[in-house]
Order: sequence, then structure tokens, then C-alpha cells
Amino acid sequence: MTQPSRGGEYDVAVIGGGLVGSALAWGLARSGQKVAMLDEGDIAVRPSRGNFALVWVQGKGLGMAEYAGWTKQSSDDWSGFADLLREQTGLDVAYRRPGGFMPMLSEEELQARANTMMRLHNQPDMIPYPYEVMDRETLRKELPFIGPDVVGGTYCPLDGHCNSLRLLRTLHKGIGMLGVDYRPNHRVESIEHRDGGFRMTTAGGEIRAGKVVLAAGHDSARLAPMVGLSAPVRPQRGHVIVTEKTAPFLHHPTVYVRQTDEGGVMIGDSFEETGFDTTLQPGISSAIAQRAIRFFPLLGKLNVVRSWAALRVLTPDGFPIYEESKTAPGAFVATCHSGVTLAANHALTLAPLIAAGGLGDRFAPFSARRFHVPQAA
Amino acid sequence: MSAFDFDIAVVGAGPAGLAAAALAASKGASVVLLDEQAEPGGQIYRAVTETPVRDRKVLGPDYWHGAELLGPLRDSGAAHWPGSTVWSVARPREDGPDGQRRIQIGLSRNGAAALLTVRHVILATGALERPFPIPGWTLPGVLGAGAAQVLLKTSGLVPSGATVMAGSGPLLWLLAWQYLQAGARIDAILDTTPKENWRAALPLLPGFLRSPYLGKGMKLMLEVRRKLTVIGNVTALRAEGGLAGEGVLKSVVYTRNGTEHRLPADTLLLHHGVIPNLNLANATGCAQRWDEQQRCWRPTTDEWGATSVEGVSLAGDGAGIGGARAAEEAGRLTALDALHRLGRIGREQRDHSAAPFRAALDRALTGRAFLDTLYTPAEAFRVPADDTIVCRCEEITAGAVREAVRLGCSGPNQAKSFLRCGMGPCQGRLCGPTVTEVIAAERGVSPAEVGYYRLRPPVKPITLAELAALPKTDADIDAVFKH
Amino acid sequence: MFRRLPEIETAAEKVSFTIDGRPASARAGDSVAAALLANGVTACRNTPVSGAARGPYCMMGVCFDCLVTIDGTGNRQGCQVRVAPGMAAETQNGKREVER
Repeated sequence: MTQPSRGGEYDVAVIGGGLVGSALAWGLARSGQKVAMLDEGDIAVRPSRGNFALVWVQGKGLGMAEYAGWTKQSSDDWSGFADLLREQTGLDVAYRRPGGFMPMLSEEELQARANTMMRLHNQPDMIPYPYEVMDRETLRKELPFIGPDVVGGTYCPLDGHCNSLRLLRTLHKGIGMLGVDYRPNHRVESIEHRDGGFRMTTAGGEIRAGKVVLAAGHDSARLAPMVGLSAPVRPQRGHVIVTEKTAPFLHHPTVYVRQTDEGGVMIGDSFEETGFDTTLQPGISSAIAQRAIRFFPLLGKLNVVRSWAALRVLTPDGFPIYEESKTAPGAFVATCHSGVTLAANHALTLAPLIAAGGLGDRFAPFSARRFHVPQAA
Repeated sequence: MSAFDFDIAVVGAGPAGLAAAALAASKGASVVLLDEQAEPGGQIYRAVTETPVRDRKVLGPDYWHGAELLGPLRDSGAAHWPGSTVWSVARPREDGPDGQRRIQIGLSRNGAAALLTVRHVILATGALERPFPIPGWTLPGVLGAGAAQVLLKTSGLVPSGATVMAGSGPLLWLLAWQYLQAGARIDAILDTTPKENWRAALPLLPGFLRSPYLGKGMKLMLEVRRKLTVIGNVTALRAEGGLAGEGVLKSVVYTRNGTEHRLPADTLLLHHGVIPNLNLANATGCAQRWDEQQRCWRPTTDEWGATSVEGVSLAGDGAGIGGARAAEEAGRLTALDALHRLGRIGREQRDHSAAPFRAALDRALTGRAFLDTLYTPAEAFRVPADDTIVCRCEEITAGAVREAVRLGCSGPNQAKSFLRCGMGPCQGRLCGPTVTEVIAAERGVSPAEVGYYRLRPPVKPITLAELAALPKTDADIDAVFKH
Repeated sequence: MFRRLPEIETAAEKVSFTIDGRPASARAGDSVAAALLANGVTACRNTPVSGAARGPYCMMGVCFDCLVTIDGTGNRQGCQVRVAPGMAAETQNGKREVER
């Protein structure tokens, strides 16, 4: 695994071994492509290891109806995706879709949220999906442990969650079984478009491929211009707290608190513009903890056993970039901050399109050119 | 209103912490000694203020030396906060209003979490026993020799029933000797010291002949060998439970010269030396390095104990194993350096005051290399077979770690995310060294190249309610609520 | 299996507490983990992952194998808590329950 590459020829090189890269590599290999997946080493930024594991639909896509539709599609395909992974590898990624909640701590918040959801659904080209604005009484029937400060919330039956670390491991096992050449410690230094293909200079030697897919998270910003693409992403930090394993009591994911299949309760999150610094701030962890206790007072007694801060990969509007290069055809970029939710799409829809040769018009709204167009007044 | 609660916080009330706090406070710095135990002494001098084992011949003179560290602490004026568990040490994003560096300590005391702001931190967090992964080591009835020694010191408890001790290293012999003095029954000591180690250690013998350990160590070991059954050259071990899932230890199987033997056992005490307890240093961001001679990870420090994080120093076994007497002297040296860094004493005064402590430290470390080499555990005990649990918390086997390497995990952090090893409450204290060595052996590279878990606070559990009650700035609240 | 040294037994300041509801006796200054071992209890819990029996291993607060429920609160490290009169110590079965 750490031997220098001997410069084999691949159909596709996927740059990035996180959730986006490995879902794409899996899908590409299933489509018959000969794939190399190039990754960094043991210590790297890796938001794929630090996320909240939600497979979430509600509230997404205000400002881009196509993103709401793309998200819903992935959520609808997720169960089948999990089944395919389990049949292939024997590993269960614990996908559940019991519906999810966003509880609110004030009437103003609840009203603002209801308005947002309405505006979202009133967008042109919006494919509607079911959701409910619940008052406190209705919410309490579904979430009996909800605290006295909770005034209500929104619910969407399409929301769910999985074990995202197991998802990453399962994808890695699956791509190995499909013959993908996984190369850790192969950080890409440069990419050259020549002779109808791509030559990558990496920390482990040279790699050549007919196509290249940039799924490198934060590093896509650096790599994209090398192949005539643009991926203007920035890091945005979020803190997460995990408790000790607890007997199951929270059967629905909520946007800030969810219980994993292992029993630990995950609690998030925050939005901080701090560059690449992942140092924990006790005050932020404290605010997150305090909010979680307002939602579910009985969480107060549980012990926090782990905590981290991870860096979302954020585009200027928060929506993904999917694009093929015009000046270097065969080079693609795929970046998003919902690598868990969109994993099914990446594996089952996007990868086959890349394998077949092009994304098509459907993905025009996801092009990075949208960042260079002046906003309509 | 001062921005600082204290000048110096010392974490850990073992020999290094006691000596450091006493010296720093006696020179006029405001010092707080934070320790999670109710009484000082750390592990090596555990219960020295209150042990029920009053007959001094049982625990021995080295143990009772610990009591001599208490008077200087009391007289120094240092604040001593027992029952305080430190779960985080960090530099806040902004320096204080006077532009001076601040270090923030998260601690938990009487069920409430608090943040202390100090100018300098001395970590004296000591050591823990090296993991000793053998099949069945998770069975009730299997304990570390250090654990058994704690039971003796704190509660006057000794093993009853069939008792086997296994491993190598000075603590094993010391405990066996203490049991002899106390009249406890030990059925056998299974000595796993590899034959080859004697050859490797021989060139270091001259140094050991000048060591303070030589005299007492030899006397102790000879008495144990004379009075107890010692079986040498043990190359493999496993612990077995009862049939029909009784779930507790029933017997120990050892291999010697290729032959297996079974001993009935109600208690198995394992020991393969001690290694630095480095979780707090790691979570604070202190750089670590692999020490090939001691075959363990240790935070990187200079000769004064300064780590790679400005304002954080380390003294004692937490910086590298040297034993209790060395820890004391290192604590004093680190305290002097801290005083110097805080501008309280000049460089020349620091160096002048340090001279006798440095000489004593050198004397205390004489012969260390010989012991380290002689007592390096055999590879079979550091890189166990596939079916052996390596992560006790999440019950992950060595075989699962090897499979993760074949899947492409090149280091313990990727392995952790794939397998959950290191994600339990012990935060890798009992699996980290093994996971690193298993990955290294599978990849054919050195442990130094593989690396170690990257840890984050809290390094000890705190409740969500405690965390929720900590002070928050407006910026903290905005980061969470305004989106 | 552990026993108290005889000279300590006679001088002991006894503390009465319960183990899974059964009356038991320890010495003032014992940790709960030590008190369980002194009372012949070798296994103090079953793990949340596989249900395997576990008992104290390190006695210094780093292994987290001595987890027990004390006075209704689960996942307490028995070696870090001193036994007190009337204390209720219980074997911890699997995952901690959220209400205790």
C-alpha cells in the first residue's frame, strides 16, 4: 500500500478517499471502470470522520430548488444503497429513516422556520415533499423526553441517519472488493492534462488516468484550477460532542441531537469561521451542551466521552459543485458538505454518468460558474 | 481583578507534582496542585497518608520515602485541590488584556466543572501499566500488578485463592516481595523476560552496577526466587474462563520451551513495565516521539521538561519512565524553569539552583538503559495473535486491526474511524500502544512512522450538565445559535 | 479473589453498604471497586458491546472496566469513588440507562 506507484494506466483517478471520493470510486468501479483512489495519510483534515451522520432532507435547497430535488432523490435511494453495500460486504451501515425533527425553543424561531419551509416549497421547479409544523403537544407524543422549553418543531418523514464511520469503512471494503486501487499517502501535488488524459504527480509517485475526479474536500480548491475548474470552498468549523453508550431512548434523529446505533448520543453543532484550526473551545462545547439539555433534560447526567471539531467544506452558497472541465474534458469536480446524505446519489447516479462520459444539462445549476455571475437584483 | 487564578498549575500529586509544586510555591509563585485522588501520592506513593498497612516492612522503605514529600508541600504555601479531575489544558484564542499568554485548564471538582486561567502548567500525570494483551486478559480476575499493589496500599487486600503473577520488570518483583512480607500466597511467577534480552542488556551492565537499584533490586529478587516458584522463559500466555460461560478466570496456560502447561488461577496479575500516561499532553497538542529503547511513546521535552506547547511543561514518568526518585528531581527542575519562564528568576539563578537536582536526577537514572533493555517485552506480547482483544472498551481484536491495514489504513486514526478502537472511555490508554505496534508490524515499518491516536479533550469524562454550566462568551453563543 | 490482611481486619472501621441489594461490609477508605473485590465479587459488569463479564483491571481510573451503578447513577468508576455508609452499589448490565 505504501509502495511508489509504477505509473499504471487507469480509466479514472479519484482524488480524495473520504465519503465523496469513496462513494464515487465505488460507483465508478461498479460501472466497469478501472479506478485508482488517491488519498492522504493517517492524519489529514477529513471531515468524513467528523460529521453528524444525518441523511437529511428537510429545509435544504432554499435558493436552489434543484438541490432540494437532488437531496430528496438521494434520500429515496439511500435504503437501496445500504442494501447493496450490505449484500456486497456483509457490513450494515445502520441506515434508518424514521423521520427527523428540528425542535424549537421559542415561538419566533418556530414561526421563522415555518416561513422558511413555506418559501422553500413555493420555489419554482420545487418537487414538494411531506413535512409538518408541530406544536408542543404533537411533538411531545413523538418525543416524550422533550424539555419544557421546547415550543414545537418541524418534522419530515424523509429524514434519517446512518453510522457514517461504518459507511466509510464499508465503502473502503467495497471498493477493495471491486478492484479499486486505493493509495493512501498519495497526496496529489499537481495534475497535468496531456495526451488526452491526465498525469498526476503524487507523494507516492506518478499516476496516469484517462479521467480524473476531484473529490478532495478542502484540497479541491487547490487542485481545481490545474484542470480548468473552480472549487471555491472554505472551511467552516463545527463542534460535536459524544456521550457514553446509553440504552436506546431516542429513536428519531433531530438536527442537533441523535442517538447512534452504538448507543452514544451525538450532540452538535456550531458554525465558526476559523480557517483550518480545529482546536476545541470549551465555551462553544458548553453552549452546545446547554442547548441539548434544553431539548432533552435527561441528557444532563450522561458523561461526555469524546469531542471534536470538524471542518465543513463550504461553497459560497453552501450548495454542491458538480462540473466537468471545458478546457480539460474528462476532469470532473464533486464537492459538497453533505457527503453522507448525498452518498447514494454519488454512488448510484453521479458515478455512472461520469463513467459514461458526461454529466448532462441537469447539473448546469451546480456549475461553479454561478459564483461568477452577478446576482440578479 | 487578576486575569489569572494562579501563576502555575501542577497536574498530578505524585512525586514529580509534589516536588514541583513545593519548590515553585516556596520561591513565591502562586501555585495550585490539582489531583484527582482524595489524598496525595500519585500511584507510586498511593495512600501514603492513610494506608492501613502500618507495618513499614511490608511496603518497604522506597514507598515510605513518599511521605517526606508532603511536609515541603504543606510548608510551601501551594494550594492543594484534591478530588479535582483535569479534563483539558488549552491556550484560549486570545491572549489576556495585558498581552500575556494564558493557559486555560478545564477541571471537574465536586461534580462541577470549572475553568482556571494560569500562566504556566506543569503536567505531572505519571505513568500507567503497559497493556499486556493476551487471550483472556479481559476476564474478571485478571488485573495489572499495579492494580494489585493499589489494593494492598489503599485497602490492605492481598490475593487469596490460586494466584499467578506473570510478566517482567521491577514492579513485578517488588510486589511479589511485598506479598511475601505480608504473608500472601503466590502460586507461581511466570517470568516472560526473553532470553535474548540478557545478551542485549549485557553491554549496559557496567552502568547498572553503579545504579541505586542494583543493591535493593537484587536483594529483593533473590529473596523472591528463593521463597516462591519462579518459572522463566515463558514465551506465551493465555487466561481461561470457566466452562458454561461462568465468565471469570479459572486457569492460566503458559508456554515454555514449546510446551504448554496449565495452572489453576483465581487471580492473574500481569505486568510488563509502565509507560507514560500521555493522554492529557496529547490532547493539549504536545508533540510526541517514539522511544525505541523504552519501546513507548513519550511527549517530546527539552532538558527542563518544556513541551512543544508554550507554557506547558512535563515532569516525571509522564515525560518518560525514570522511576519515582528521578520524577522528584525532574519536578524540581521543571519548577525552576517555569519560574524562569515567568520572569521570576534569571537564567543564571535557575541554572545554579538546578545543579544539585540535575546531579541527583543523573544518579537516579543510572542503570535505566540496562533495565529498559532487559525488560522489553517480547514481540508476541506487544503484537498479539489475531483473536486477542486489543481494544478492551470496544472489544476489537488484533486481527480486525490487521484487516483494516489491508483495507488501506496506514495509521491508528484511520483504524480508529474504521473499527472504533480507541473510541471507548479509556481513550486509547489500554490499546494505543498495541494498535500502533500491530499496524507497524503489518506494514513492515517502525512505530515511529505509524504514529499514535490524536486525542482531544475531555481526557476524562465529564457530564453534559457540567459542560453546559461552563462560562460562555457572546462569540461562543453566536457560533452555536446564530445561523 | 482478595482477602483483607488479618491485622487490618481487626482494626477496621467498618462501612455497611449493599451490593445488588445484598448487605455487605467494607473498610472506610476502600474504593467501591476494592470493596466489591473484598466481598468476593470478581465481575462488576457486563459490557455494552458483547455482554462479556468484566471486573476491575487497573485500579487507577484509566481502564474504565470497573464501571458500576452507585446510588442510582450508572457508569461510575468504582475505583474512583469511596464507599460510604448506606451506599447502593449495583452490577452494571450493558449500556447505561438514560434515567439512571
